[in-house]
Amino acid sequence: MATLPKEQDVLIDAYGPHLNRMEGLQLDTGVQPDKVVNTHCCFCGQQCGIQLKVKDNAVIGFEPWYAFPFNKGMLCPKGVKRYLQGSHPDRLVTALERDPSSDTGFRPIAYDEAIRKVAAAIERIQSTYGPNAFGVLSGASLTTEKAYLMGKFARVCLKTKYIDYNGRLCMVSAGAANKKAFGIDRAANPWSDILNAEVVVIAGSNTAECAPITTNYVWQARENGGKVIVVDPRITPIARTADVFLPVKPGRDVALFNGILQLMIENDWLDHDFIENHTVGFEAVAEHVKQWTPKRTAEVTGVAEKSIRQAAELWGQAKTSFLMHARGIEHHSHGVENCLSTINIVLASGRIGREFCAYGTVVGQGNGQGGREHGQKCDQLPGWRDIGNTAHREYIAGVWGVKPEEIPEAGVDCYEMMRKIDAGEIKGLLNICFNPKVSLPDNAFVTRALGKLEFFTVIDFFLSETAQHADIVLPGSLHEEDEGVVAQVEGRVIKINKAVDPPGDAKEDWRVIQDIAAALGRTHGMTFNTPREIFDELRVASKGGVADYFGITYEKIEANNGICWPCPSEDHPGTPRLFEPDSWNPIAKGAGPFYFPDGKARFNVAAYRPPAEDVDEEYPVILTTGRVVSQFLSGTQTRRIGPLVDQYPEPRIEIHPKLAAKYGIADGDLVTAESRRGDVTLKAQVVTTIRPDTIFIPYHWPGRKSANQLTIAAQDPVSKIPEYKVCAVRIRKA
Amino acid sequence: MSVPAQFEFFVDPNRCIGCQSCVAACSECDTHKGHSMIHLQYVQRPISVQTVPVVCMHCDSPTCAEVCPADAIKRTDDGVVQTARKPRCIACNNCVLACPFGVPKMEVEYSLMMKCDMCYDRTSVGSKPMCASVCPSGALYYGTRQEIERARPRSEPVNQFRFGNQLITTKVNMMVPRDSGIQHIDVTAAMHEEAVNPAGMLENVFDEIG
Repeated sequence: MATLPKEQDVLIDAYGPHLNRMEGLQLDTGVQPDKVVNTHCCFCGQQCGIQLKVKDNAVIGFEPWYAFPFNKGMLCPKGVKRYLQGSHPDRLVTALERDPSSDTGFRPIAYDEAIRKVAAAIERIQSTYGPNAFGVLSGASLTTEKAYLMGKFARVCLKTKYIDYNGRLCMVSAGAANKKAFGIDRAANPWSDILNAEVVVIAGSNTAECAPITTNYVWQARENGGKVIVVDPRITPIARTADVFLPVKPGRDVALFNGILQLMIENDWLDHDFIENHTVGFEAVAEHVKQWTPKRTAEVTGVAEKSIRQAAELWGQAKTSFLMHARGIEHHSHGVENCLSTINIVLASGRIGREFCAYGTVVGQGNGQGGREHGQKCDQLPGWRDIGNTAHREYIAGVWGVKPEEIPEAGVDCYEMMRKIDAGEIKGLLNICFNPKVSLPDNAFVTRALGKLEFFTVIDFFLSETAQHADIVLPGSLHEEDEGVVAQVEGRVIKINKAVDPPGDAKEDWRVIQDIAAALGRTHGMTFNTPREIFDELRVASKGGVADYFGITYEKIEANNGICWPCPSEDHPGTPRLFEPDSWNPIAKGAGPFYFPDGKARFNVAAYRPPAEDVDEEYPVILTTGRVVSQFLSGTQTRRIGPLVDQYPEPRIEIHPKLAAKYGIADGDLVTAESRRGDVTLKAQVVTTIRPDTIFIPYHWPGRKSANQLTIAAQDPVSKIPEYKVCAVRIRKA
Repeated sequence: MSVPAQFEFFVDPNRCIGCQSCVAACSECDTHKGHSMIHLQYVQRPISVQTVPVVCMHCDSPTCAEVCPADAIKRTDDGVVQTARKPRCIACNNCVLACPFGVPKMEVEYSLMMKCDMCYDRTSVGSKPMCASVCPSGALYYGTRQEIERARPRSEPVNQFRFGNQLITTKVNMMVPRDSGIQHIDVTAAMHEEAVNPAGMLENVFDEIG
């Protein structure tokens, strides 16, 4: 039973989070590093270039990497202090076994013994209950090589259909919408196309805090005369100087974009040639949005009609534009429709596939793009292939040296896996690069489910809140302890370079996985010696797929500061901008720019549905959640870095003075917010920069400070993304 | 070793997003490693997310040096006002109180005034200051005047400031919008039905769109 072996505070005392600060060589100004390694930040999807200074197998600091073109040395505070995750007192340097009799709940054990115990547990569970009784949870902060290996490990070695990943909380709504509309899921344009866009639309992206260096691109567009339209229930730093600010009521984005499309049609701000020649489905969408008059749009979205008209006017009459969105519109039980409604206004404008005519989603995780391409999703095989497609199965079976029928069918999304654990269908779980106890919604349920596992093993570098539940913890590798590729926000494949060796018994994650396979005696296809060998197989596995990496090599990446996929052959330069007339497209084969056999993009009717849990008399306030600039995702790394914790030590509840006055709440007061699933008590921050019907809580913290005690596990029916961005709560002064 | 004359420092608060990347990076500078000298503050958080970074402005006639009874603060020939010299500083706090920009910090632990020295270890050898290297919004910029004038036509660099009767000319420039207007709005200003108009805020900023 994977319940906590000791009380939480005992585990925290022993394994952290403790705060690491500059000390020793990190403070020594005279020290000459042994080497300076060009690599990238371990955090968000921007993947800023950074140089790590290494001395005595430890990262002792950084130097801006001015020559890397995407960020030119720029970094956010997480990037600046990222090196403090190395040489950390909490770093796991041995394997651990659950031992409630020990003072700390765990005892260190030899690595080989831990591997044997993991293999024995997998063997026992699978022979007792069948192969699908063991599941795998993975993550999109892994390199693409590791993500590929995790998919192969689950299907070929464990023969389980149950694998999914934390990109389920991140990119899947955008991915599903992109696939429906364009037939391919990737930002369509390089970020340089922001610079001279006449209009930049930022929908549901707290760009300044979650993708900070994109700010510079947006500000530069403004210097060049561009207008900025921001859609967000809060005035975030990117919205502060917006030309048009649309404070949409959480969960009403479809209505807003349908309303804008209706105004485009009414005023004939349409590119008729483009719609005629390069799209299908416009008429049905045009018919559908007739109901979205400015008046009704204003009523549903809670945005002033005048502002909606101004946004439509700017967008409708622009010659060039860049529309970007992020989790703000994607984390919804109708996240796919939200994305489709934005794509509809892009297609109606005809502004895509050209310089400064652009669309893209701002990925969240470091490998949010690459991690969703090569088979760690429950229904996907490498190269963006579909696990339900016979031809795709045959191709990958050939690469893997197995029979097509041996590849399991599609599994289920990660939250559904939790439900299957709760229902007793999944008995054992291997978890890597995922902290579901903090990051999944309604986390009281997640905790209960984890507690039911007969066997739980976690590969991690720190004892995360999820790893605290493990029977066996295997010490994996930090970002700087391994090499491999990731695809950043533009679909640019870049190279993470190894700076230091894993300490103690810790090993590169791919070695740990292969060691388990070896202990199981199932070594077929799991005997790679280097990440480069994995990458070379991945290149072949992706060949001919939509996400084609065949022409990308480590050398080519280094020589060009990254290569954008698709890149079908070694003499191909890669594809920074999709949908250009002559760009490589294996689906349309010359019929047109989009990734369908007829080469045409699809308009999709995006019907408005209210959130799964709307406010009512009992729970009258909307809760929305998100991030702060100094923390990252579930905080496993950033809650251990002293200067980042100093910057924003604990979550606060953002609340408008109007709402605060109603409950007698003053700035700094402790406030309890309660949903049907749980409650949290935090200090109030009373500000006019949030809608008065909505409160905001950042989600990086565990336990009693976790916003995900309150959130709802409602999911989009297609993408299965949870609805983090809206649920109903009530508040009171604590 | 001196800071090349063609390189100038520009502060552009209009761009600041309050991320504190500069604060984090400042403590990585070799001249004061482990100590952050830059200031970053919200102007008035209850009504705005506007933040402003403050580096040393490196005055032509530094008030901090003028009021120093121990003659501990020196301005080098390249125009950089240095941290107080340890053998001379008596930690009297005069400079902290006198600086019109509020820059010097008294480090009690060392009985020493410390301040931004424009990353002298870096700038004096032709590199860029840490804060202006990492700033992800371009609110802190280090480069030539030609570069900034070309890249940011909407603003102009200003380096003269008046405090009462005192006119101060600085090495560091502030970027000032050529056509500035009120920027603070309440979310309700752009909402359907609920417009409120607290004093000092525009009912609807969007009237300004030209």
